[in-house]
Amino acid sequence: MVISMTKPLNVSTPTAGAEELTVKAECRNFNFHYGDFHALKNINMAVYQNKVTALIGPSGCGKSTLLRSFNRMHDLYPGNRYQGEIVMHPDDTNLLAKEVDPIEVRMRISMVFQKPNPFPKSVFENVAYSLRVRGMTNRSEIEGRVEEALKGAALWDEVKDRLNDLGANLSGGQQQRLCIARALASDPEILLFDEPTSALDPIATASIEELVTELKEKVTILIVTHNMQQAARISDFTAYMYLGELIEFGLTDQVFIKPQKKQTEDYITGRFG
Amino acid sequence: MTTTISDRLRKKSSRHRKERFIEFILFGAALISVFTTAAIVFILIKESVVFFQSVPITDFLFDTQWTPLFDDAHFGIIVLLSGTITSSMVALAIAIPLGTIIAIYLSEFAPFRVREAVKPFLELLEGVPTIVYGYFALVFVTPLLQKIYPDLPGFNLLSAGLVMGVMIIPYVASLSEDAMKAVPMSLREGSYAMGATRLQTALRVVMPAATSGIASAYILATSRAVGETMVVAVAAGMQPNLTFNPLEPGATITSYIVQVAMGDLPHGSIGYQTIFAAGLTLFLLTLAFNLIGYYMRKKFREVY
Amino acid sequence: MNPNDIEAIRLIIRRAKRWDAFFGLLGILSLMVGILTLVALFVDMAVDGFARIDYKFLTNFPSRRAEDAGILSAWVGTVLVMIVTVVAAVPLGVAAGVYLEEYAPKNWVTDIIEINVNNLAGVPSIVYGLLALGLFVHFFKFGESILSAGMALALLILPVVIVATRESIRAIPQMIREGSYACGATTWQTVKDHILPYSSAGILTGVIIGMARAIGETAPVITIGALTFIAFLPPAPFTGDPPTGPFDWLFAPFTVMPIQMFNWTSRPEAAFLVNAAAAGLVLVVMTVAMNALAIWIRYRLRKNILW
Repeated sequence: MVISMTKPLNVSTPTAGAEELTVKAECRNFNFHYGDFHALKNINMAVYQNKVTALIGPSGCGKSTLLRSFNRMHDLYPGNRYQGEIVMHPDDTNLLAKEVDPIEVRMRISMVFQKPNPFPKSVFENVAYSLRVRGMTNRSEIEGRVEEALKGAALWDEVKDRLNDLGANLSGGQQQRLCIARALASDPEILLFDEPTSALDPIATASIEELVTELKEKVTILIVTHNMQQAARISDFTAYMYLGELIEFGLTDQVFIKPQKKQTEDYITGRFG
Repeated sequence: MTTTISDRLRKKSSRHRKERFIEFILFGAALISVFTTAAIVFILIKESVVFFQSVPITDFLFDTQWTPLFDDAHFGIIVLLSGTITSSMVALAIAIPLGTIIAIYLSEFAPFRVREAVKPFLELLEGVPTIVYGYFALVFVTPLLQKIYPDLPGFNLLSAGLVMGVMIIPYVASLSEDAMKAVPMSLREGSYAMGATRLQTALRVVMPAATSGIASAYILATSRAVGETMVVAVAAGMQPNLTFNPLEPGATITSYIVQVAMGDLPHGSIGYQTIFAAGLTLFLLTLAFNLIGYYMRKKFREVY
Repeated sequence: MNPNDIEAIRLIIRRAKRWDAFFGLLGILSLMVGILTLVALFVDMAVDGFARIDYKFLTNFPSRRAEDAGILSAWVGTVLVMIVTVVAAVPLGVAAGVYLEEYAPKNWVTDIIEINVNNLAGVPSIVYGLLALGLFVHFFKFGESILSAGMALALLILPVVIVATRESIRAIPQMIREGSYACGATTWQTVKDHILPYSSAGILTGVIIGMARAIGETAPVITIGALTFIAFLPPAPFTGDPPTGPFDWLFAPFTVMPIQMFNWTSRPEAAFLVNAAAAGLVLVVMTVAMNALAIWIRYRLRKNILW
């Protein structure tokens, strides 16, 4: 096992078999304030490459706040403060540093939102947008990348004849896959999912979950979900959070079957939350 | 482990510079509004200062004649103010009651379809050019009034005031309606649940709750009436006349400025300066009304 | 509850409902005052002036003889002044609106800008005329010209454009912005690719409504010194010899529709009042047409927008 970080006490050691685990990103003593409110307290966590890491916990525990810190979404709103580091490998860059441009961070880390938010543009333009903001102008190159992204999101067959249709005319599940294609088009290193299926019906949910499992071959995935069964189904690692703190982190199987903390066990067994 | 900054993630200075430049341009555009106000204040004061060097302010405020272009010149602004006040009072006497009734009716009584059908008419009422209203007052309303009161002069402040009033009704109605719409449904439901009728709810619950919003609407309407020009210029004659009787002709601050501007105005002459002194008075009046109205509306919004 | 009590309650309710019905009637009567005024105004002008409108009326210059007078110089002047107004007000107003919604931090500078925009909306139009007289006519030495009038009206409708821009931008859901930023877009890219296109319908509507207002404004243009009797046309835009020929039209003397109507209304001869009615009719039709255009444009451009 190759793990390049020291683990603080509340993180359970992943003791899976002889797998190679590389750390893609890690939080080091990460704290976050909304104005005066201390929303995230001393988070130390690893995100492993090409694995799916799930953030679970009751409402208000800070999981979305943590997720949105990775791509500096909080920079859009005044009064927010980061402390500590979120370090990305292999270049060891602290994503939260003031010298680091949030635009660049978002070019490396993409996000899929809770409610599908396709732009009021055509399917093609929705996916191509990530490429256009990078200054790509070569038409055939863009077309190639768009097709690749739509295939990666398992949407290509359904929309290849309708690329000029409005993105908003697709069904809910298709819209969310369109948003995933849009996120994939820029070839991100990490893909963030913020409760991606909570606005979808069960069939669409199943197709997204299947997609996530396929995508991890190419991309590291961090997903927030309030649906524990979903976390158990699709994630490799699970982090349980409560009131802004990371209570437990480990292999999904271990966290769900044999949690180390009583709080985790209470949440998972439904005693509260 | 020390954190090194990779080249990729160093701020791309050219992109950053472009963004800052664009923001600077947009900021400049936003500042134009501040410059406009500053320019208005500056120009009005600059010319008025020269004016007040030859005309003492006590004369300006207390003289009872306004004859600036005569050899025996008098500069009593009260004359023009009387025209402004008289015509505005007539206008508000129409606009405030009718506008409020319409607002209550549309907000609490009218079915959706009536409201949608009526809205375009009100917008149209507000959108007709004021010169057309002036024409209407002179050519239609005055003869009509003369049938009732044959001694009414062809130019009079009453016609002008009445037409101005109708013109301002939509303004009062829409501002008041906005204030009433901001009152939450839960207050109304509480009233209806006790068996109150729509009128009782409107008068006893909604209006008191919307008081400062409605008051702000009245104050802004006053400002509008005071600042109106063409209706009075056409229908009230442009003879300065110290009177509070709407059955007489008169000039307002605004119609005086138009009258002088239509003649030839040598830059720097006393005639040129009077319009700025009058304009300054007008600006300060409407500024006071606007600020009071604006703060009342803000305070009202904070409550809801 | 005994029958007497029920009867008493029913009596009270009946009385209250009568007041309700009375007020409903009052509301409709109040509305009728406005609607009847509008109808009377329109019918009166139409009766007096409609017959007067013919090709000659639209293409003649004003004249001392009422029968020969026309509104050519007036409506040409209106069109030219509107060109200046739109070219000045739209970029400034939209830029200011975009800044206030997408860039401005919440500090005292932003507060001052907002207070100013609000206040300027309530300044009487004649004060804008005085401003233009002092600033554009004399200080910048633009003279009593189309340029001065256009700039004065641009400043007058600037708050309208700014407010329309801000409200259209505010309607855009935050999710769309976040989606754009998450793709790695800069603020300007988000504004250029999303904010402006999606708010264009609302902005255009606001601009047209502002223009409809500016077309009918008399006071500021008179104050600048627009003449009331113009029997010639300004030079056509962009003709004429360089270097300044193409822009001669900006500095030419001129008149506009509402001033022409004002001039005719002020004449005692009945024939001129007929002309005034005709001019007023044209003016009202122009204003109504523009408002209708604004509504239609908003309907067309909003078809793809789902919020």
